[in-house]
Amino acid sequence: MKQFTSFVKKEFYHIFRDRRTLFILLCMPVVQIVIFGFALTNEVKNSRIAVLDQSNDLSTTAIIHELDASRYFEVQDRLHSQADIESAFRRGKIRMVVVFPQGFREDLDHFNKAQVQLVADASDPNVATTLINYASAVILDYQERVTDDKKLPYSIQTELRMLYNPQQKGAYSFVPGVMAMVLMLVCTMMTAITIVREKELGTMEVLLVSPIQPLKIIIAKAVPYLLLSLVNIASILLLSVFVLDVPVNGSLLLLIAEATLFTITCLVLGLLISSATDSQQTAMFISLTGMFLPTVMLSGFMFPIENMPVALRVISNIVPARWFYAIVRDVMIKGAGIEAVWRETLILLGMTLVLLFLSIRKFKIRLA
Amino acid sequence: MKSKEEVITEHDAVIRVDRLTKRFGDFIAVNELSFEVKRGEIFGFLGANGAGKTTAMRMLCGLSLPSSGRATVAGFDVYRQTEQIKRSIGYMSQKFSLYEDLTVKENMRFYGGIYGKTDAFIKEKTNSILDQLRLQKEANKLVGSLPLGWKQKLAFSVAIFHEPRIVFLDEPTGGVDPITRREFWNMIYQAAKTGITIFVTTHYMDEAEYCNRVSIMVDGRIEALDTPKELKKTFAAATMNDVFLKLARKAERSGD
Amino acid sequence: MRSLRFLLQKEFRQIFRNPSILRIIFIMPMLQLLVLPLAADYEMKNIKLTVVDEDHSTYSRHLVEKITASGYFTLTGYPASYKSALDEVEADKADIILAIPAHFEKDLVKEDAAKLFIAANAINGVKAGLGSGYLQGIIRDYNREIRMEWIQLPRLSPETSIEVTSSNWFNPLLNYRTFMVPGILVVLVTMVGAFLSSLNIVREKEIGTIEQINVTPIRKYHFILGKLIPFWVLGLLIMTVGFVIARIAYGIIPMGSFLTLYIFAAVYLLAVLGLGLLVSTYTSNQQQAMLISFFLMMIFILLGGLYTSIDSMPEWAQWITKFNPVSYFIDVMRLVILKGSGLRDILRQLLIMGVFAVVLNGWAVVNYRKRN
Repeated sequence: MKQFTSFVKKEFYHIFRDRRTLFILLCMPVVQIVIFGFALTNEVKNSRIAVLDQSNDLSTTAIIHELDASRYFEVQDRLHSQADIESAFRRGKIRMVVVFPQGFREDLDHFNKAQVQLVADASDPNVATTLINYASAVILDYQERVTDDKKLPYSIQTELRMLYNPQQKGAYSFVPGVMAMVLMLVCTMMTAITIVREKELGTMEVLLVSPIQPLKIIIAKAVPYLLLSLVNIASILLLSVFVLDVPVNGSLLLLIAEATLFTITCLVLGLLISSATDSQQTAMFISLTGMFLPTVMLSGFMFPIENMPVALRVISNIVPARWFYAIVRDVMIKGAGIEAVWRETLILLGMTLVLLFLSIRKFKIRLA
Repeated sequence: MKSKEEVITEHDAVIRVDRLTKRFGDFIAVNELSFEVKRGEIFGFLGANGAGKTTAMRMLCGLSLPSSGRATVAGFDVYRQTEQIKRSIGYMSQKFSLYEDLTVKENMRFYGGIYGKTDAFIKEKTNSILDQLRLQKEANKLVGSLPLGWKQKLAFSVAIFHEPRIVFLDEPTGGVDPITRREFWNMIYQAAKTGITIFVTTHYMDEAEYCNRVSIMVDGRIEALDTPKELKKTFAAATMNDVFLKLARKAERSGD
Repeated sequence: MRSLRFLLQKEFRQIFRNPSILRIIFIMPMLQLLVLPLAADYEMKNIKLTVVDEDHSTYSRHLVEKITASGYFTLTGYPASYKSALDEVEADKADIILAIPAHFEKDLVKEDAAKLFIAANAINGVKAGLGSGYLQGIIRDYNREIRMEWIQLPRLSPETSIEVTSSNWFNPLLNYRTFMVPGILVVLVTMVGAFLSSLNIVREKEIGTIEQINVTPIRKYHFILGKLIPFWVLGLLIMTVGFVIARIAYGIIPMGSFLTLYIFAAVYLLAVLGLGLLVSTYTSNQQQAMLISFFLMMIFILLGGLYTSIDSMPEWAQWITKFNPVSYFIDVMRLVILKGSGLRDILRQLLIMGVFAVVLNGWAVVNYRKRN
């Protein structure tokens, strides 16, 4: 046991002396949380739009004013002809053009009907759809206010409630994802690279000749990253709760236990990768394309799994992060207990054991 | 055509060092070295690990600036004319630094090219070296696949490929068997015969016997500089190893 | 100059003999371009809807039919109570609940007003927003239909209405992949430019061959050029591979000219290579270089407008974006490929990229000189 501890100590020294790496490993979750929490949002607001007003009357001015006043839009440009529309889009800043035909007000007064055209830059389809919806709503609002005296019969009113996340904060869905990403990166990639590095530099053989069991060497390499990950998990949780106002509705203990489980999964993955290659670059490549990218793409935290084609949905089932993400999301946000997530936990556990078995076997074969 | 600086005679000094010093903070790695190396000499630069050999050599190669003192290599000043120095010297480092993922021929072509040799020269020289080392069959093999001894001999040939005036060898025979070492030194003799000055550092004291003159560094200073024969007489020692041991007893620093 | 030629020969040979690099160059783009756009579909469809119908009237049934016919939703449940519906949401079996109270039809006809309740799982705010938006849209439509049924509207309708028509330009099919692919191409090029180049330089540091170069008459700037030029070429190569894949797999053909794209890419690569060079001057081994480049790239890509729009970012984040080369390239890629912008349209971005190139490379060279 004493041998083991001295190995672990040596590994700690390696990590702590590499200040730059350590700094980044600890900063990464913080930076990600800040970015995701404060900078990234799918909410559409402050979109720059242009107006082609061929009537220039009281109504159109009023509507344009409404649009500008809303937090969704910023009326930036006034265009003068249809031809301007394309170049406005080409220059890249405008996302939608509102076109009023001539005689807008007259039409409203005489025929009670007028037209508005919304031309959206559908490069980003969701933004386009959302902008069109918002603009339509603003115009509809205006319309209803204008016809306020005539009450409409047969109206259906809808009452809307947002569950779990009443303010629709993006943070709720990505905090678990950030956790998964960071753990995957630190545990899998760094562990794999650390082990392979010793192989590349030739010092691994020295260790193998020493009286300590090879398996213990490997575990000793993983331990510091395990502890580092726990620190990262703690900082993510602290930031989420205190800076982003994301609650931990479920049991904290359960959360930490699950996170530790996932950490071990990632570490074992790192081990497996390290036993498959002798070159740092290859280890990095496998970690990135084989583990990290799928985690980001297929775990469900950035892109909904239901939307993916069948093939990808199937593949996502073998991405451990997918299960972890579901667990954390349910425990943290929905406040679910072990009864709700036992299935996912079991799957994660199963994966870990299988991976552990595979890596031990691989490792033994290489030594034989 | 020789410029004023390059006019030298048969026994002129190609390396002149005058109170050369290198300090790292408070630590004086190289302490007021003064010596000369003559043209065509095999000059051994000996000393234990940590004595300052490598630091001194790096200054002479233009790799590091001295803290004080003066030196010229091939007539060029180590402070202001490092580019010219580099063009006139060859270098072989402890790690043999040939590109392992390039073939034998490709390595030679590369080094020949960056020293400004013509394609014709490169072709001819490559063939003659392959003949000399009997590596014709390995010409297109990756250097990484060669055994250590061959790599080392190849590295030396590459270091003098461009026929420099001086070649610096930094611990060139580390980790190689005695027969290969002997062969290597044969190559060094051959090169010296063609007029190339050899400046070699090593901590194998028996190799000192092969040199024309030897200097022994201890704790940043030269404690002895003479031919091997004279040194053995002066220190009443049977081998260079014994000479060194007697000097090293005075050493304050040890190890790297 | 001749030595540069030899240097480049050596570099290219080494790169193409390195299996990892080759794999990265060809497999990565394929993976990213083929999998990512398929996965990254923000389009909302198959939203799981569960309906609690306590009215069981003609109207309520019509409404549900209309909703399911819209194609946005999949009806996953028809529970008896609101509570059961909530359980379904908690178990992730449903995303949205529509609750139709008892007397819905009666209230609408007799009292002129009726209520409906929508509850959405807002953990994914976008899904909830769009989902409830669609639902409300369908309900509004249905409302209008009912009114039509009951009111014979004269030719001059008393109801003032503003008819809103919309058209979608540049991506009329609202294909999310068309939107994602140009961005992903940028990521690919950036990876080769910054990531791989910094690794390559550091590798020589780590192995020690850099010393050998230092003793030779190779000028420092030759050495740097020798390291950067191959990756400049590779970056353009990978972009080409990317275009081919985009064309074959997604039928994406740029509306603008390829020349514009290549010109911008050429300048962009200079900037990004400068970044790689800069990173390499601060690191001494591959592990560090990899981590730092990765970290920087991650920040740049996230903040570059790839997944989320820059316009929605807060002021301070938008300011940071101005210093992020990736955001400019993503912008330009989209402009040229989707909207057919020309060189004149992107002149501003091109100039800014030039400035980046000069600054980053300059900084790196200054740093590099200080080594001794």
